[in-house]
Amino acid sequence: MALDTVAIAQANPDSQQPYAELGLKDDEYASIKKILGRRPTSSELAMYSVMWSEHCSYKSSKAHLKQFGEKAVKSEALLVGIGENAGVVDVGQGYAVTFKIESHNHPSFIEPYQGAATGVGGIVRDILTMGARPIAVMDPLRFGPADAPDTRRVLPGIVAGVGGYGNCLGVPNIGGEVVFDETYAGNPLVNALCVGVMRHEDIKLAKAHGAGNLVVLFGAKTGGDGIGGVSVLASETFNEAKPTKRPSVQVGDPFAEKVLIECCLEIFHADLVIGIQDLGGAGLSCATSELASAGSGGMNIQLEKVPLRDPSLSPEEILMSESQERMCAIVEPSKIKTFMKICKKWDVTATVIGEVTDGTHLNITFNGELIVDVPPRTVAHDGPVYNRPMAKPKYFDSLIPAVVPLPSTPEEIKAAVIKLMASPNLADKSWVTSQYDRYVQGNTVLSQPEDSGLVRIDAQTNLGVAISTDANARWSYLNPYEGAKLALAESCRNIATSGAKPLAITNCLNFGSPEDPEVMWQFAETVRGLADACLELGLPVTGGNVSFYNQTGTVAILPTPVIGVLGVMQDVTQRTPMGIGSAGLDIYVLGAADENLSGSEWAHIHGAMGDHAPILNLATEQRLIALLLEGQPLFDAAHDISNGGLAATLSEMALRHKIGATVTLENVGMQLMVETPGRVVVAVTEVNNSALVALAAKHNIPAAKIGTTGGTHLVINGSDLSLAELAAAHEATFPKLFG
Amino acid sequence: MRIGVVTFPGSLDDRSALRAIELAGGIPVPLFHGENDLKEVQAVVLPGGFSYGDYLRCGAISRFSPIMESIILAAEHGFPVLGICNGFQILCESHLLPGALTRNADLHFICKDQTVSVENTKTPWTTEYTKGQEIVIPIKNGEGSFQCSDETLAELEAEGRIVLRYVGANPNGSRNNIAGISNKRGNVVGVMPHPEQSIETLTGPSDDGLAFFTSILKAMVSN
Repeated sequence: MALDTVAIAQANPDSQQPYAELGLKDDEYASIKKILGRRPTSSELAMYSVMWSEHCSYKSSKAHLKQFGEKAVKSEALLVGIGENAGVVDVGQGYAVTFKIESHNHPSFIEPYQGAATGVGGIVRDILTMGARPIAVMDPLRFGPADAPDTRRVLPGIVAGVGGYGNCLGVPNIGGEVVFDETYAGNPLVNALCVGVMRHEDIKLAKAHGAGNLVVLFGAKTGGDGIGGVSVLASETFNEAKPTKRPSVQVGDPFAEKVLIECCLEIFHADLVIGIQDLGGAGLSCATSELASAGSGGMNIQLEKVPLRDPSLSPEEILMSESQERMCAIVEPSKIKTFMKICKKWDVTATVIGEVTDGTHLNITFNGELIVDVPPRTVAHDGPVYNRPMAKPKYFDSLIPAVVPLPSTPEEIKAAVIKLMASPNLADKSWVTSQYDRYVQGNTVLSQPEDSGLVRIDAQTNLGVAISTDANARWSYLNPYEGAKLALAESCRNIATSGAKPLAITNCLNFGSPEDPEVMWQFAETVRGLADACLELGLPVTGGNVSFYNQTGTVAILPTPVIGVLGVMQDVTQRTPMGIGSAGLDIYVLGAADENLSGSEWAHIHGAMGDHAPILNLATEQRLIALLLEGQPLFDAAHDISNGGLAATLSEMALRHKIGATVTLENVGMQLMVETPGRVVVAVTEVNNSALVALAAKHNIPAAKIGTTGGTHLVINGSDLSLAELAAAHEATFPKLFG
Repeated sequence: MRIGVVTFPGSLDDRSALRAIELAGGIPVPLFHGENDLKEVQAVVLPGGFSYGDYLRCGAISRFSPIMESIILAAEHGFPVLGICNGFQILCESHLLPGALTRNADLHFICKDQTVSVENTKTPWTTEYTKGQEIVIPIKNGEGSFQCSDETLAELEAEGRIVLRYVGANPNGSRNNIAGISNKRGNVVGVMPHPEQSIETLTGPSDDGLAFFTSILKAMVSN
């Protein structure tokens, strides 16, 4: 088929174009024509279709997400905010930290290993693009019921993919979540978070400045993988000589990415780039239009110069390909020789494919023919924005209170704790995490199952950063506004429990279809809750990701806002571990409980959802965080109370080093299972008792002594449970399910 | 005391190995696979990682790098070499050590705090341990199962060339619980566990691994 050039588009204004098959609506196609004053060429159409997709344009979510900017407090720590590849915060001593979380849900369902692997690869490149060395990853995962046949297909593949890519990359995996719920059957969630560190002066932005500067594409060659949404276009230009079926899931090459990391860091160190952008979703379309849009001029690209793995690719396919492990940099001509030398050292293919101009358009030619002539901003930033209809879900009318049996006798308590700790959501996750390298880079201070991951960033000063990700989707289902706040609060609490100060947040908002008004309402409420909570806590949102269309038929997933919080710790040697480290310590519960079992793990085990989420008191949460940070030198161990209530907290603290505890609780069954937020268990030596009580009083947080540590049993109100027996139940679940 | 650490494309634990040498009191010297200059180092560490992505076979491509030509030549004359994980695999592919590392018995990547016993304290890399000492060092690999012929196994055992042995349950199906071996002369040692990730209790399961690096420094001095 002949090349569709700008001249042809002008000469044949009425040619039929497959815009609908590419996912563009009638009015979207009309606005493209209006912008260009003519019909788009097939290459332009391809670019607009991917860049105006939900994934790239945030067209359904944008109207809501702007609250993160409007409600934000001014944070001096924020060096780079929303809109770049990832936000950057100042953590002191001249260091800047960048972090972001993204989803790779749909590809991971279709092809678990590659979907998860390229999810890790993509987020790591986002972090690298900011100029940072990636120093840790985390992976919150959600699956259908643990014993469902499809979970046994999807989970091992996803875990192997996360490990296979991350391990080969040399970035430690320091935590995450593995959660099971019926609604994720057919829609597993694979979220991946990456953290990177750099010096302030090394921050890089995705901007193309300076007419005459060169556009360099480097990394892997471009292939036909990941064309996905444009498969229709691919078949438009189909001819017998070309490969027909292309996987819409990208295929990752972690070795190529590892080499790309080292190559980029050496290039950054030598100060050789003006701007840089990675090639992820929408590939070259995205990189060129975003670089040009954010810059000061235009850009010329000669598309035939792009090195190809598959020489039969059409220009449209080259623009759309989502081949992994590629970067696009803007380099001054005087520095290109050194740039190329470093690429050669690392055996990285690098090609000058164009230059920055003083014009206003992004012009792309293919063998001398002009095939794209667009104002880059119209592609990258001026996509459609929708105010989609919203409606409060009808399910709220049929919610009923969670009435579930609570243990009271010693036998019942023992059986309940074992049942809880062996349930898939609370069972030991070593089967998963032992497949991830947590040690590489040599700076991991805390990793799962600790409350947060903690990595040292300076071995001389012991400065470090902590990361935690959390979501409680059942609470979000019961009240999306509160659910988002609760997830944020829990994540902050986890950071503070380890001893670090919360500094900034990122988020990955996983929802069903935005075309369903009830899902849209859940989404809007979630964003409103998160923005309000960030404002009150004084934490900036540095970026994030929205994943819609997570549903099978009419059944949407539980609304799942995964919140990642970054904290800073001046001296990581002072961190507080979660495990009981010695006998004879006093155990305190900080914070007060209520009796609402809605959304709790104990209710879930009994097939109940309940009718209302806890209402978060952020002022109390802030006082608790202040108490945790000020009291940190007093704590031998600390662990937050969340999923599985006090029963899970005590079990996890005891199982960590197999040192037991004896506790006495009032209203024991409720106390063990209720998940009221704003609570933390701490263990202190006797000499610190009075200091702790005084400090708790100062911050107006209840502190109740419930027992002492020691022995090899967990004894609760006379119920005597050996840790060996508890560990056996806790550790057997995953191997039994997944081999 | 200058000790080199080679960076191959895909090496991951190279910076940790450099740091271990520094903590032990030596001068760490980064070496690059594409050069054959050993930069006057007195011993060399081949670090862990996935050199060349472990494509083809672990270590199979790295063994042909220019730096390995120099290392193989020097090793045959008694130059001390420690291969850790992927470095061990490269040493086997280079035939400086016998046997091969194959996929773990359960076919999974395993990251675990592993207890091993030090069986041979006569190599320049292990003199600071006592014979039979049990130490905790992480393993983290997908292909750590040591395999060799019956004949080689008998020879390794008879000559006391088992350097480290797994204690407790065999994590990966290695023959005779072997976690590390040496060549006949003892100067070339390969281990699957990562001593460089066990050099301080803050970031490792223990600091038991540091003695690999203090041992070699001591051996240099006494030479």
